Amino acid sequence: MKASQAIGSEHSSTAPVSIHDMTVAYHRKPVLWDVDFDAPEGKLIGIIGPNGAGKSTMIKAVLDLIPKASGRVSIYGKPYKRQRRLVAYVPQRETVDWDFPVHALDVVTMGRYGQIGWCKPVTRAHKDQAMAALERVGMADYARRQISQLSGGQQQRVFLARALVQEAQIYFMDEPSSGVDAATEKAIITLLQDLRSSNKTVLVVHHDLQTVSDYFDYLILLNMRIVAAGSTRDVFTKENLHKTYGGRLTLLDEAAQAIAR
Amino acid sequence: MTLMSLDIWIVTTGVLSALSCALLGNFLVLRRMSMMGDAISHAVLPGLAVAFLITSSRSNMPMFIGAGVVGVLTALFTQWIHRVGRVEQGAAMGVVFTTLFAIGLIIIVQAADAVDLDPGCVLYGAIELVPLDTAPFLGLHIPRAVWTLSLVFLVNVLLVILFYKELKISSFDEDLATTLGLNASCMHYLLMILVAITTVASFESVGSILVIAMFIVPGATAYLLTDRLHIMIGVSLVIGIMCAVGGHIAAVRLPAWWGLPDTSTAGMMAVVGGLLFFVALIASPRHGVASKLLHRFWLSVRITREDVLGILYRIEEFQPVRNHGVVPRILRDAKQTGPVIRWLALAQLMQAGKVKKASSGIQLTSKGRVHARNLIRTHRLWESYIEKHFVIPIDHLHAPAERLEHVTDPDMQKLLLEKTTNPQKDPHGKNIP
Repeated sequence: MKASQAIGSEHSSTAPVSIHDMTVAYHRKPVLWDVDFDAPEGKLIGIIGPNGAGKSTMIKAVLDLIPKASGRVSIYGKPYKRQRRLVAYVPQRETVDWDFPVHALDVVTMGRYGQIGWCKPVTRAHKDQAMAALERVGMADYARRQISQLSGGQQQRVFLARALVQEAQIYFMDEPSSGVDAATEKAIITLLQDLRSSNKTVLVVHHDLQTVSDYFDYLILLNMRIVAAGSTRDVFTKENLHKTYGGRLTLLDEAAQAIAR
Repeated sequence: MTLMSLDIWIVTTGVLSALSCALLGNFLVLRRMSMMGDAISHAVLPGLAVAFLITSSRSNMPMFIGAGVVGVLTALFTQWIHRVGRVEQGAAMGVVFTTLFAIGLIIIVQAADAVDLDPGCVLYGAIELVPLDTAPFLGLHIPRAVWTLSLVFLVNVLLVILFYKELKISSFDEDLATTLGLNASCMHYLLMILVAITTVASFESVGSILVIAMFIVPGATAYLLTDRLHIMIGVSLVIGIMCAVGGHIAAVRLPAWWGLPDTSTAGMMAVVGGLLFFVALIASPRHGVASKLLHRFWLSVRITREDVLGILYRIEEFQPVRNHGVVPRILRDAKQTGPVIRWLALAQLMQAGKVKKASSGIQLTSKGRVHARNLIRTHRLWESYIEKHFVIPIDHLHAPAERLEHVTDPDMQKLLLEKTTNPQKDPHGKNIP
């Protein structure tokens, strides 16, 4: 708790991701309260919390995919809208229609569409970049496969490759390791660590508490609000986990429910 | 005008209408918005009627503007009701489009005396009358509908080419498009405007009810036949042409066989579309019902083939000396397969030189024996493996092994050998060949 307050109050203008007092509500019912957070640069940051804690919501609100009730987000000191290029997003695998008539290379090439710009065609060079990204995630052999013919783990790798070709500075990933085999999970984590070594900032929604301290050097514990944020060593404690995952309702939670009524 | 040129203009109108609709329909199908196309095609009616009343002419521009405005309103209203009223999307759509359609119908009926706009024509189209309303061009009398539809088709083609990348990404992954700065709702409303305009242009030819068939059927059919987007679009256009041409021919020729007069071309276009879809559903190479059945059929033939080899081998093993061949009837009793599959399996084995006719019945050749030995080996290795790794009574080992032996390739067999530490006997005490 202390760690988050210390960072929250300063709001260094150069932080890769800086979230100021962000509140998000669905149908008047708040799902995120006063999230205030500065992400440190070049870290692999885990976002953990129980189901319905608002982990995905937090990412989506930061990326303007759902409206914020209040608060603002800046990326390296400027509003997100002007910094889209610097941010890549890997949604949950279930959010897209895998029967869509495209093959893996097509999907990865889509990652370049932002840089290509409105109405300009996709060129050979863009496809080569996409192919290189597929190679990096070990999927080059499957480039011409229709995406429904890939396994869950392979689909996730395609999504990662798509984020890679965006050549972003900041990566948001929503449960990249859910429903994938152990080998893919390992490959994904290795890739994320590579990104960190090249000074990218990676924020990952994660559900497996067993692996948290192995994977992440920085953590956000979330349950409608930030319970704790800081280096894994400091905040990954029994007490914080208890506050995040269980125990009695806090006054704030009760207030939220009262408002919803 | 001769009868022949009448037909040509009717078909041209139908083709242009089908092409314009099919092109956009691909994206409606992929966005799971087929019913949105339906809703808009009905809801544009008041826009049309109002434009018509204001200008009291049937010139194109006001009608297109009216339709475009109402088309976007339909999409907006539906979204709004869905969100604010927490009504399911389909229900919201149903409320919006039926209300708008009814308003349009009332206006048209009320104004029917003053203006020349027939509700029946709006509903079902009057493609047969298209050639009568012409505008001269280079000395040719080209129907006005052909002009309009050509223009609309051209606009659709240009916009789809220009925004191909944006339409593709926003149909596949709206969130990604948004985070990349390619506004997905922009594409959504562009598509809705185009659908509305195309609907109006197609009113004269196929009417507001059947236009939905032209939007959805070609795209849905093409979706079954390919898994690349640009090929799907190409195929849908071809199917659109087939609907229009086939529909007109069918409308003119088919009833004549029973001595009946011509029937509705627009109706026949939709019927042909439905038939084409059905054929694709059956015959599509990957998703088709036929290919699945065929695949299953050949699989059971292969399994029967391997079963026959297995039975022959076991009989040889049991009585190595007195072997005059096995009567096929034994095979039938041992394995519950249909006569056609059994016959095919035997024929294939003979062809491959794996079994031969013996004094009574059939018998393994040396080539067949090698294959059969390998199958039995796999079977017994599986039995050993299952016995070692699972707690299963010994008399229950045969069935799973029987299933597994048909899907075991050489690599898997090698691995199996490692995991079972190369046993000499199977759990029943039989030799592993």
